[in-house]
Amino acid sequence: MIRDITIGQYYPAESPIHRLDPRVKIVCTLLFLISLFIQNSLLGYVIATLFLGCVIHFSKVPVKYIAKGLKPIVILLLFTVVMNLLLTRGGETLVHFGIITITENGLRTSVFMAIRLIYLVAGSSIMTFTTTPNGLTDGLEKLLHPLNRLNVPVHEVAMIMSIALRFIPILLEETDKIMKAQMARGADFESGNIIQRAKAMIPILVPLFISAFRRANDLAMAMEARCYHGGEGRTKMKPLRYKGRDKMAYIFTLIYIVVIFMVGRFVPFKLWVF
Amino acid sequence: MEMIHSEKLVYEYDKRDEEGNVIGTNRAIDGVDIDVAPGSFVAVLGHNGSGKSTLAKHMNAILVPTGGTIWVDGKDTKDPAELWNVRQTAGMVFQNPDNQIIGTVVEEDVGFGPENLGVPTDEIWKRVEDSLRSVGMLEYRKASPNKLSGGQKQRVAIAGVIAMEPKCIVLDEPTAMLDPNGRREVIQAVEKLREEKNVTVILITHYMEEVIDADQVFVMDDGHIVMHGTPREIFSRVDELKVYRMDVPQVTMLAEELRKRGLDLPRGILRREELVEALCRLR
Repeated sequence: MIRDITIGQYYPAESPIHRLDPRVKIVCTLLFLISLFIQNSLLGYVIATLFLGCVIHFSKVPVKYIAKGLKPIVILLLFTVVMNLLLTRGGETLVHFGIITITENGLRTSVFMAIRLIYLVAGSSIMTFTTTPNGLTDGLEKLLHPLNRLNVPVHEVAMIMSIALRFIPILLEETDKIMKAQMARGADFESGNIIQRAKAMIPILVPLFISAFRRANDLAMAMEARCYHGGEGRTKMKPLRYKGRDKMAYIFTLIYIVVIFMVGRFVPFKLWVF
Repeated sequence: MEMIHSEKLVYEYDKRDEEGNVIGTNRAIDGVDIDVAPGSFVAVLGHNGSGKSTLAKHMNAILVPTGGTIWVDGKDTKDPAELWNVRQTAGMVFQNPDNQIIGTVVEEDVGFGPENLGVPTDEIWKRVEDSLRSVGMLEYRKASPNKLSGGQKQRVAIAGVIAMEPKCIVLDEPTAMLDPNGRREVIQAVEKLREEKNVTVILITHYMEEVIDADQVFVMDDGHIVMHGTPREIFSRVDELKVYRMDVPQVTMLAEELRKRGLDLPRGILRREELVEALCRLR
């Protein structure tokens, strides 16, 4: 059961989106997320939907798969919708029943907030579905490279991230082993209240931490033995280079951003159908 | 010039009690003189705590001697300016296959060493392909290391070292955590490398069967080198080996017992075929 956890999920497929430079995907995702918040009109959401739909179509990731990724935010989503629905005032009152008052503005805000949240998660999961964890770290390292001047250890952070990703399955396996070993000695992880269960985790966590430190020590030695001495003077086996399609993707996203910005700014009437 | 040459090598570390106070010093290595000729296959044997792993770590400058000197391809490991040169000259493979693979994809892990050395990208790809082929792991280049068996992981680790084009490979108990199949895979990969690339191989182990083909064998005990010679010379001294808590290969043991009972067998029989031949000659 513990191995079901997949962090930085990657959906392997051959698609134009998969082939894009990770930097493009990171920047464009960021721009898309921003675009969701700089406008608030129906036309704007139609454009955003079209854009997202296009990207999903090209990425060859099944919509079902993306919908599954939305599961963890369902509670947050419901909470936001209900709160917005009940607490936003203004405009015409649509329903008035006891303490419950639903206004036109409330309905409008809650629907748009829900769409925003869904698009937010769907947009960023498209990025993780189509980029390998290593690609993401590489892209991040390259994008944040200018921060090096401010003494931010960008290379080191990226290295830490990729090593963490490599060790997640190993440590999960280890947790499984330790759990079984403790269960064989009569440990009980399944009964009792939350506090008792949390206490039962201690005999798992202590050996896990000890072994993680031991592994870290071994790994550091192995890295040094292979001449690792930080990012300086290091070359890349898979260097990131922008290609034609990456520029196309940038242009496409920029056009989208400009359009959506214009819509938010200069389309005077709110297209509002209710 | 010797590939590895040491004179009166000493490594001491502080012994501490439970509060971390120094209560004395331990000598893990005590006055070791060792010579390894270029291109040769040298094995270092010893039981746990004999100092053999500590010695191996000196060949890669992971540990620096507290006394005496060790030269790797003529370079003093104590010289900080030579540190990366030493590490490139003598590559090292460790015991635990999981804790020495850095990349999340096999080929990226093999490329890690050359990346650190600043090798140009095209050259890295060439080296990665070449070294994966030489350990027979080319078909797994896109695989995740987590999906490989122990023997395969260890072969990837060897490829990672080969990609740095070292003159010498130090293998620190590379087979200790593997099953018999994995052990065979790794030893075969090492043998193939010796034939193809003519690298010096230093194998630290406690499995006797793995050292039969070595040019030289050193036996360590309590930080000292207590025996030194060809495998045949070493294994003919069965009683002495037992003092150092070492087992000899079964065939050698059998031959020795038969010899003690009065059969006229030569000393130091290493392989089954040799014993069969010697026994047939008795009639």
